[in-house]
Amino acid sequence: MSVIIILLIVSICIAGGFLVAFLWSVKDGQFDDIESPANRILFNNNKTNKK
Amino acid sequence: MSNSKAILQSCFHCGNDVPDNSIRLEDKAFCCSGCKMVFEILNEHDLCTYYDLNQKPGLIQNRTKRKDKYAFLDDLEIQRKLIHFSNQHQSHVTFYIPQIHCSSCLWLLENIHKVNDGIVSSRVNFTKKEVFIVFDNSKTSLKNVVESLDNIGYEPYLSLNEISSKSPSKTDKTRWYKIGVAGFCFGNIMMMSLADYVVSADVIDPKIDLFFKILSVLLSLPVLFYSATEFFVSAWYGLKNKYLNIDFPVALALAITFIRSIYEITNGAGNGYLDSMAGIVFFMLIGRWLQSRTYQTISFDRDYKSFFPIALNVVKDGIITPTEISKVKEKDIIQVHSNEIIPVDAILSKGNASIDYSFVSGESLPINVNIGEMIYAGGKQLDGLLELMVVKEVSQSYLTNLWNNPIFNKEETIKENTYDTIGKYFTYGVLALGFLSGLFWLLKGETTLMWNAFTTVLIVACPCALLLSNNYTYGNILRVLGLNKFYLRSPQVIEKLSNINHIVLDKTGTITQTHGSNVRYAGIVLEKNLKTMVASLLKQSSHPASKVVTEFLNETHLFEVSDFKETEGQGIEGWINERHVKIGSPKFVGAEYFKDIPGTKVVIFIDGIVLGEFIITNKYRYGVTKLIDSLKKLYSISLISGDNDTELKNIEHLLGKDSDVYFNQSPQQKLDYIKNLQDHHNLKVMMIGDGLNDAGALKQSDVGIAVADTGNNFTPSSDGVIDGTRLSKLDTFIQLAKAGKKIILLTFSISVIYNLVGLYYAMQGILSPVIAAILMPCSSITIILLTYGLTEWVSHKLNLNENSK
Repeated sequence: MSVIIILLIVSICIAGGFLVAFLWSVKDGQFDDIESPANRILFNNNKTNKK
Repeated sequence: MSNSKAILQSCFHCGNDVPDNSIRLEDKAFCCSGCKMVFEILNEHDLCTYYDLNQKPGLIQNRTKRKDKYAFLDDLEIQRKLIHFSNQHQSHVTFYIPQIHCSSCLWLLENIHKVNDGIVSSRVNFTKKEVFIVFDNSKTSLKNVVESLDNIGYEPYLSLNEISSKSPSKTDKTRWYKIGVAGFCFGNIMMMSLADYVVSADVIDPKIDLFFKILSVLLSLPVLFYSATEFFVSAWYGLKNKYLNIDFPVALALAITFIRSIYEITNGAGNGYLDSMAGIVFFMLIGRWLQSRTYQTISFDRDYKSFFPIALNVVKDGIITPTEISKVKEKDIIQVHSNEIIPVDAILSKGNASIDYSFVSGESLPINVNIGEMIYAGGKQLDGLLELMVVKEVSQSYLTNLWNNPIFNKEETIKENTYDTIGKYFTYGVLALGFLSGLFWLLKGETTLMWNAFTTVLIVACPCALLLSNNYTYGNILRVLGLNKFYLRSPQVIEKLSNINHIVLDKTGTITQTHGSNVRYAGIVLEKNLKTMVASLLKQSSHPASKVVTEFLNETHLFEVSDFKETEGQGIEGWINERHVKIGSPKFVGAEYFKDIPGTKVVIFIDGIVLGEFIITNKYRYGVTKLIDSLKKLYSISLISGDNDTELKNIEHLLGKDSDVYFNQSPQQKLDYIKNLQDHHNLKVMMIGDGLNDAGALKQSDVGIAVADTGNNFTPSSDGVIDGTRLSKLDTFIQLAKAGKKIILLTFSISVIYNLVGLYYAMQGILSPVIAAILMPCSSITIILLTYGLTEWVSHKLNLNENSK
């Protein structure tokens, strides 16, 4: 049965990793402006297409 | 043929119609030289991708640019206020640019270093319509950067009032952190608790069971002590002010749930309700976030300072110095150019003044001011250079005096809304029930059951359901209204909106359009020759009414006028082709063609005979008649305007004879009128206005809605901002707000049923964690789905979903 305990610890660690990633992204300002990056990605494509 | 084809063409830069074919470059046509100039600059710097990204992405550039317009940006003190970081090499500055609207704008502004090589980098925040620019101090200056932006058609909005630290508020981010933490803990506690629900406790290995319990408790700590802090803080704040708010029972329930769960776990009596606790915190935080999403680009707190320029050109001994407006003193001589707002009360000393007061007083036609006469703050000079002598400084002027009214300094009082009221009774009821059931078991001598019953009642009866239904309903309604370009300051406004019973309208700019008037001719048909004669004479006059009619006649070949005479503000006369032509107001001419037709009139009088008259009326916004017709059925409406009463008959026709209609009202009178309605007639008033002259009334009213036209981001302080094109839907918006209230009551009643079932068991002291654990999420999820579904259904029925894109 102890395998469940190991599994649980692993799963919480993974979930914790995602939590940290989320908090980091918020802190980094990823959610401050959700419109410009969506547009910006299109320009880069345009440029490379031209080259 | 080629001519008619040209008319169909639209400007390569901004997409507006091209009036004639005169402004061209190769195969491209432009509507004005401004647009052409922007194209040339972009072409020169190899920035024409701008036009590939979107068709006709620009905005019309029909304005004259003046050299030295930004001279004031060389002033060090002003620079210091605008630039937020600077060292020897670089400076950082953020501009608000209202024109940002499409991906082309974004692309161009981020490539602006190609136009001005002093700019190191630029980054656009599309949501906030801001551009963050880093520039090299040795190669360029702030003034230069602003000029570059202006040259490509993106004039930054400069105002000392709105410059603050541009970093997003911290509370915004903590809410995200809290939701993240709560969600993480909730999910994991839930996972471990599931084992208990699915199988009976004795099947699980005691070691694993203990491990699960320890982990659950550990995971619940950050939920209670971090994510849920705002409930405790708010409850405590309420208690300190001797006021039971809705957060009090929530905080109480959370605390008791936690204590009891710990007690059960340490005693081995059960597994506690930690999963339910974490879940409810998670759902409530999401609800609060939904409700508090605000519109970052819209400012609801503007006062006069936002409308005024940063600096004025002060002339002293023939030298022009740009001076910050707060430093402009009495008796200073200032220069004002075309299309600039005059921020002080001043006397005209030089130049032809044609002042547009529409934003300040609501007068729809510009006013000509003679030398020696007063010009009041807030007026906008239409054309030409003026020199003025300051009579009253910015803070003392006629207009800004309005802001000395106590209403502007009053803190927004915390008024109880329905949900607080329900919440209060709910709290009392729950506490009473808890004590009663506890007392009942105590009298029977069953102390264990007493504690059981008392705590579970408080846990089950947590008013989370009320909070959830309130937050999710209003959150979604705010979203739907936002998609329809009706932006509210806060969710509380929705409730206030559903409670109003009187509507006060402003005229100019609110139900009528600020610019553009309808011109109609009534009388004997004017043949070509006569038409040209009228136009020739009118061309001589600069009176606004003459200009409007000249534009309407649109004659290009004119006759010569001799013996021209103008009676200021009355009319004009002169001789054309040996005929005497007299044009002017009915009083001036001494006759009128139709006595019964309302509006500003320009009467034509040739050789002693009245031929007819031009009638100038305001242009009403699209759909206003229908809107007022439907609002009339539900509310009493009155109209209060700063303009003169030429539109009286039209308005009476629109509102009905019994409505109160006032003209020539000062901003202060507007405010007083609203106050009177509230105090003496006990009405809940909604004010709809647009200009600075409505600022006081908007603030005083229960719900103040400002009307904004596209391209005009300047609205006075208000509870909500509505796009001018959507004003006609206001009645549907109010219906949605009313429906919101019903939805909250409905979903809340459903959750009360859940609670009653729970209470039935809780009061007997036999509520098992399994039932609690199933009831709580069930009721929360039902509420979330129901509120969302119902608000969507109502907005679909009101046709508000279709216009969203």
